[in-house]
Amino acid sequence: MSTTISEGLMQAKAHPGRIITWAVLLIGGLIMITPILFMFGTSFKDASQVYDMRLFPEYPTLDNYIQVLSDGRFLRWFGNSLGIATTVTLSNVFFDSLVGYTLAKFDFRGRYLIFLAILSTLMIPTEMLVIPWYLMASKLGWIDTYWGVMFPGMMTAFGTFLMKQFFETVPNDFLEAARIDGLNEFQIWWKIALPLVTPALSALAIFTFLGNWTAFFWPLIVTTSQEFYTLPVGLTSFAIEQSIQWEKIMTGAALATIPTLLVFLVLQRFIVRGIMLAGLKG
Amino acid sequence: MTEIQLEKITKKYGAIETIHGIDLTVKDGEFVVLVGPSGCGKSTTLRMIAGLEPITGGDLRIGGEVVNEHEPKERNIAMVFQNYAIYPHMSVRQNIGFGLYTAKMSKADKNKRIEETAEMLGLVELLDRKPSALSGGQRQRVAIGRAMVRNPVAFLFDEPLSNLDAQLRSQMRIEIKRLHQRLKSTIVYVTHDQVEAMTMADRIVIMRDGYILQSGSPTDLYENPSDIFTARFIGNPSMNMISAIATQNGLVAQNANAVLSVASPKVAVNSNVSVGVRSHALTVGEPTDKTGLTLNGEILVLEPLGSETLVHIDTADGVIIASAPALHQLAAGQTVSVTANVESLYFFDSDSQKALMRP
Repeated sequence: MSTTISEGLMQAKAHPGRIITWAVLLIGGLIMITPILFMFGTSFKDASQVYDMRLFPEYPTLDNYIQVLSDGRFLRWFGNSLGIATTVTLSNVFFDSLVGYTLAKFDFRGRYLIFLAILSTLMIPTEMLVIPWYLMASKLGWIDTYWGVMFPGMMTAFGTFLMKQFFETVPNDFLEAARIDGLNEFQIWWKIALPLVTPALSALAIFTFLGNWTAFFWPLIVTTSQEFYTLPVGLTSFAIEQSIQWEKIMTGAALATIPTLLVFLVLQRFIVRGIMLAGLKG
Repeated sequence: MTEIQLEKITKKYGAIETIHGIDLTVKDGEFVVLVGPSGCGKSTTLRMIAGLEPITGGDLRIGGEVVNEHEPKERNIAMVFQNYAIYPHMSVRQNIGFGLYTAKMSKADKNKRIEETAEMLGLVELLDRKPSALSGGQRQRVAIGRAMVRNPVAFLFDEPLSNLDAQLRSQMRIEIKRLHQRLKSTIVYVTHDQVEAMTMADRIVIMRDGYILQSGSPTDLYENPSDIFTARFIGNPSMNMISAIATQNGLVAQNANAVLSVASPKVAVNSNVSVGVRSHALTVGEPTDKTGLTLNGEILVLEPLGSETLVHIDTADGVIIASAPALHQLAAGQTVSVTANVESLYFFDSDSQKALMRP
């Protein structure tokens, strides 16, 4: 074992390019993790220590957690966010992949045009879409409802594009074999094609969940009463009404990261490459 | 009764016709091999039989019934694909069982069938493995198992062995042939490998550019090819061709290093004739009184195969390949003459490419 490590070091020495790569990655990693460490650190500080720039508090306390969790509103917002993000994620995983599969594997008139139309919506910034969304929601009575928060994201152009690209890599032989085995087209998608793109599906699920969990702008606009707030909107209102208590905000934010971490831990193991090739020639 | 009949079947992609009204009857229990070069339409024909490709014109009958508009599953045929197409996320048991997905059977019956199939293909120990833990030959056997398990009326094979190495290929060839002998099932098998076609088929169908050129038993095609393409396609090495001209006094070779002493076949005087001769009919050495053809040239390459040596000879008619006994003392660069008996020669019209009656 020791020889392997020393050999590895020798190799690293032999490649200055590799040292630079590691250095860049390390610096990038530190830049990204520092605010998160400060967030966790601050959540264990009392108000008097907040502006003490030490990463870990001298006298750590759980008071913030007790206070935040005992405020009923926090749990309500947490539940809202969880429900909304989960529903939107499931919807995207289902509809994006169904549409992506259809665009990738069926030959029909106008297929390319439809794909272009879907893709072109990616060029419109969210800020511009908010106005028509709001008008739509207000005409249909969706303001201040869960559905109002969710509807713009139930299916996304990005997800459809991603899934289409992945389904294109699924060899047609699998689908044809299933067709001969007697499956109908929906069963072929569900039983054969979908399991072969689990890496893409997991990636889509992670992106969608994170995007909706952290979404702020649209939920802020479409909700007016506190009971429909999502966590990011709620935390902000929390901050404003309580004259910015950083330790409370950091505690709320720290609690808010837990589901995203869980989602990532559960789904990332599906992001393994190469599962598809196993059924074909070596 | 599971005869497959193709009547004037055509296939068009847009305005381009790729299959030009072919007729073919595959009898119940027959092993028919469609063979031909890439792009000859053999795979398209197979896919039309399977129902994976719509038929543009003509009738396809399976068991007497026209099935042009039937879905693949309604035709009750099974297909084995070139790259196996066994589902990577399922175990061997699930893969084989997938053939029974739509069958109305109890779970116990399904399991029994799966195990019988696995037994027959020597897959019993592998039933719980995933495809990634199988070798190429085992994967192909799983694919065959999935096809077999539901007792289809016919099996379609689309170049199933072309991804295997040479040794495994010859082994699987025998396995498929034995399976056919046991199950007595109707098989349509597509390959571009003439060795596979020769060794496995009851009947070979030679295709080219969307037409059927000739169909017959392997020996029939080998002995009586109907045209130059078939003559050169069937048999390994390919049949050698020598250009000649028909005269009243017999055939005259066009190139000086070939000497023919044979009467002209029934063809107009001064017609161009291609004289075919198989490598094994050529003898390296002195002419005899039955000699119909003598060729002289320099040895380019020797290919020792153990039991025989293939001698590549440079002549004005191109490279001619002759087969010599293994121990023959020959060397590259040496000038040799090779001879063939009159009876072993084939004659073709060089313009129409069609075979001519022997004189």
